[in-house]
Amino acid sequence: MWKILQKLASPPHFYQLAAKIIPWLAVSALLLITYGTVAGLFFAPADYQQGDAFRIIYVHVPAAYLSMLAYSVMAISAGIGLIWRMKLAHAVAAGAAPLGAWFTFLALATGSIWGRPMWGTWWEWGDPRLTSELIMLFLYFGYMALRAAIDDTQKADRAGAILALVGAVNVPIIHFSVEWWSSLHQGPTLVREGGPAIVPAMLYPLLAMIFGFSLLFGALLLSRVRTEVLYRERRSRWVRNLLLSSEESH
Amino acid sequence: MNSSEVNVPSLMNGLKSIIRRDLLLAWKRPGDVLNPLFFFAMVSTLFPLAVGPAAEQLAISGPGVLWVAALLAALLSLNGLFLSDFEDGSLDQIILSPQPLPLLALGKSIAHWLVSGLPLVMVSPLIALTFRMPAEAVDVLMLTLALGTISLSLLGSIGAALTVGLNRGNALLSLLILPLAMPVLIFGARTVALAASDDAVAAGIYFLAAYCMLALSLAPFATAAALKISNE
Repeated sequence: MWKILQKLASPPHFYQLAAKIIPWLAVSALLLITYGTVAGLFFAPADYQQGDAFRIIYVHVPAAYLSMLAYSVMAISAGIGLIWRMKLAHAVAAGAAPLGAWFTFLALATGSIWGRPMWGTWWEWGDPRLTSELIMLFLYFGYMALRAAIDDTQKADRAGAILALVGAVNVPIIHFSVEWWSSLHQGPTLVREGGPAIVPAMLYPLLAMIFGFSLLFGALLLSRVRTEVLYRERRSRWVRNLLLSSEESH
Repeated sequence: MNSSEVNVPSLMNGLKSIIRRDLLLAWKRPGDVLNPLFFFAMVSTLFPLAVGPAAEQLAISGPGVLWVAALLAALLSLNGLFLSDFEDGSLDQIILSPQPLPLLALGKSIAHWLVSGLPLVMVSPLIALTFRMPAEAVDVLMLTLALGTISLSLLGSIGAALTVGLNRGNALLSLLILPLAMPVLIFGARTVALAASDDAVAAGIYFLAAYCMLALSLAPFATAAALKISNE
């Protein structure tokens, strides 16, 4: 088991393996997102209160979910990199941050667009989840700014890892803030006692979108990490061999 | 020489001596202590000048304004937490000392709170009076500020340790620490506002106390790890 992990973590092996996995992830993400979009936007029944405006959840919920998942991926791999000094884990953390920031931004933007017809305002400070999602965006910015300010990659890795772990304390606060503060935001719909409070015709496209977004995140993350690995290992022999062999084939 | 023969002072002595040292340094440079206090008073003065002198408006915005001003003042003082130690090389000595680094980091945070947080708490009733804050709310303000500034000194020490050797450290420190400090700000300011309107305040105080305990138990370790990374 340990051997497999070690082999997986070796940059050249990862580089080859990721290249094989990415197409699978990308194609299944595309299929799921296509199904989710078509079924969610055209076939799901309109909400009895919100009408068609509710359909933005097919983008908003997956984006919000991914903003938290990306942070967990970033914090966990940063922790692994810090503890076991695994270079690849640091590369994953570095790759996950900008993606997470984009998903967070997407969740904020769609939430704000939904808020306009529903709450009558683009932005509602009284809503804790909106606010904590904004804090989430700032956490990503802080992480990326700290990395950008440190020239030495290894130092940036480890300083960023500490910040990511400290910030991870904030992620549970975000998740449970719905229960902590009374708010305008909808209570949890999917994960609650007594099963999801949503009809299947609305639910399945949403689940498909959530999985599709997650797979898309996986594909984007792997390709980012591939580039990151290539850049970090630019002076190593295997990268040189890779470049030479690709030149020969042309 | 065998290392076990070296006479290492006890943990408590190590903690005490670093606090004493930092307090002495602050005493020799009173500007470092007074500047954040003046900053606190000045930012609090800016708000009435900006929003107008109406008493009702000041009573509503008072808790928030005081808390934001306190947060910014604490941040201002945090930048120098490890800077002079880094520049004159005593940070190397602190890291190399036989005492555990988290303990010394805790000592630096305690000293930082004593010279920056505590005076802020003491001055806050004066400024609260100008905002027409009722007396019960002033007590709550001092209590929440005390808990909040302890948390900020601890949290901020992580940020200060991460940015200590960097050129653009000052703005970066704020960017790193402000989002982490927001729960403290939210609960601190909301609790004071609740107290001003004669509402129950226990929940907010408990939250701040819990956050403070969490910071007390975890932050020194993060600071110690960050110091080692920044100072290599």
